[in-house]
Amino acid sequence: MRREVPLVLTAMVGLTMIIAHFIPPLNILKDMFEDWFFIIAAFAIYLGVLNLLRINADKIYKKQRDWPFGIVVILGFLVITIPGLFFSGGRSFSEVGTPFYYLYIHVYYPLSATMFALLAFFVASASYRAFRARNVEATMLLVAAFVLMLGRVPIGDWITVWLPEGYRLGNAADWIMDFPQTAGQRAIMIGIALGLVSSALRVILGLERTYMGGD
Amino acid sequence: MNQENNQEEKSFWEKLLSIDRRIIFLFIAVAIAVPLFFKVSMHIPVTPIVRGVYDAIEELPAGSKVLVSFDYDPGSMPELQPMAEAFFRHCFRKDLKVIIMGLWPQGPLQANMALEEVFKDEDIKAKNLQYGIDYVNLGFTAGNEVVIDRMGHSFEESYPKDGQGTPLSELPLMKGVKNYDNVDLIYSLSAGYPGTQEWVQYAVDVFHVKLAAGNTAVQAPSMYPYVQTGQLAGVLGGMKGGAEYETVLGIPGIAVRYMFSQAVAHAVICLFIIIGNLAFFSLRKRKRS
Repeated sequence: MRREVPLVLTAMVGLTMIIAHFIPPLNILKDMFEDWFFIIAAFAIYLGVLNLLRINADKIYKKQRDWPFGIVVILGFLVITIPGLFFSGGRSFSEVGTPFYYLYIHVYYPLSATMFALLAFFVASASYRAFRARNVEATMLLVAAFVLMLGRVPIGDWITVWLPEGYRLGNAADWIMDFPQTAGQRAIMIGIALGLVSSALRVILGLERTYMGGD
Repeated sequence: MNQENNQEEKSFWEKLLSIDRRIIFLFIAVAIAVPLFFKVSMHIPVTPIVRGVYDAIEELPAGSKVLVSFDYDPGSMPELQPMAEAFFRHCFRKDLKVIIMGLWPQGPLQANMALEEVFKDEDIKAKNLQYGIDYVNLGFTAGNEVVIDRMGHSFEESYPKDGQGTPLSELPLMKGVKNYDNVDLIYSLSAGYPGTQEWVQYAVDVFHVKLAAGNTAVQAPSMYPYVQTGQLAGVLGGMKGGAEYETVLGIPGIAVRYMFSQAVAHAVICLFIIIGNLAFFSLRKRKRS
């Protein structure tokens, strides 16, 4: 039963969602399943929070490796949650001027932006070490990357200002984006879509069961 | 003697290839930070894909309703926040009504940050915009693309109340807004999933709404096919897209100001790639000989 019930539910919901697209009266069922999804999605947030606390509390209690970071996680959670829940005006916690908004602007935003900004440094270092014109394909990629990196910023037009309008690096970058890039993207998108359809069918028909944590 | 020189040259290239990455980091830090202190005026040509976004908003008559979805977090703020601010300025100057929502939990906060900045403008301050009448923030709802799908039938099914807990029926702006039929344009500011792609698949393809987008530079290329097929009116890609939008709007903002910094950083990365390749070819030639 532990296997059959999820399989039947998946098949039923999956088929209903597809059929309802073509038979509007079945939208009642579709709406019901979407309501279920909303409820599950909302509970997933609580589940995530509980899981985060449980794992970190466990880590601290058992003094596992890097357990002090667990304290940081739990403290961080409490520092942002308590002002948000109890001192920021209830539902309007995200409004300008609330303690939660203050913490978001002055703690969460700089930390999050810093983590993402580190990418710029690693990209530069990786480009220096790995971007080599080893063969024809790599050279083409390198040239395209060069044109885009310089053409997508005003410096590209500055260094090719001696060329006629329409032939500068900026125009070359736009051409790469509009044609070869778009053609490649379209091919990838069609490939992904076909893959998704086949995966979805496998899940609906019960051939693909890894989402249940086995086989 | 010649052999000694060769040995020295070889070690130089080898040293160059195995340069400490902290030196590269330092160069990048300087390349990004130093230009921020200079005000350099740069010519930023406006591409058709950005003009598409501008035209989509420009052709709306005053009083039209625009739904804007904030689907990003602070990590993507340098790229998307200038677009959000420029978008609000454009809408408010044209007296459009703005409905804000978020498929990402941080989205509505990002919207509030952008509004706080835009409301400092004297001309916008003079309009005395009222919450609930001129703009409204519906907040965040969990559910990703299902939220988009349900809003096609009824906004209230996904958002019974706005971000402050007021029922939609009590907000003057939301009176007469049942679903996408009552919205003139959707603008998706997105940094990933759920985002513009889901808006195209679940709102444009199913309910035939008009959609424009602002995306991170990484995400923007995957939106180009949708622009060519007409599913998207236009795309602002990365900080460059934001700078172009500010330029066409005639209100140069932070995206235009930061373009110089981005330009120098790109040039430095290109320089590093050239040096890396010179070293690579020099060593390869030496090995062969």
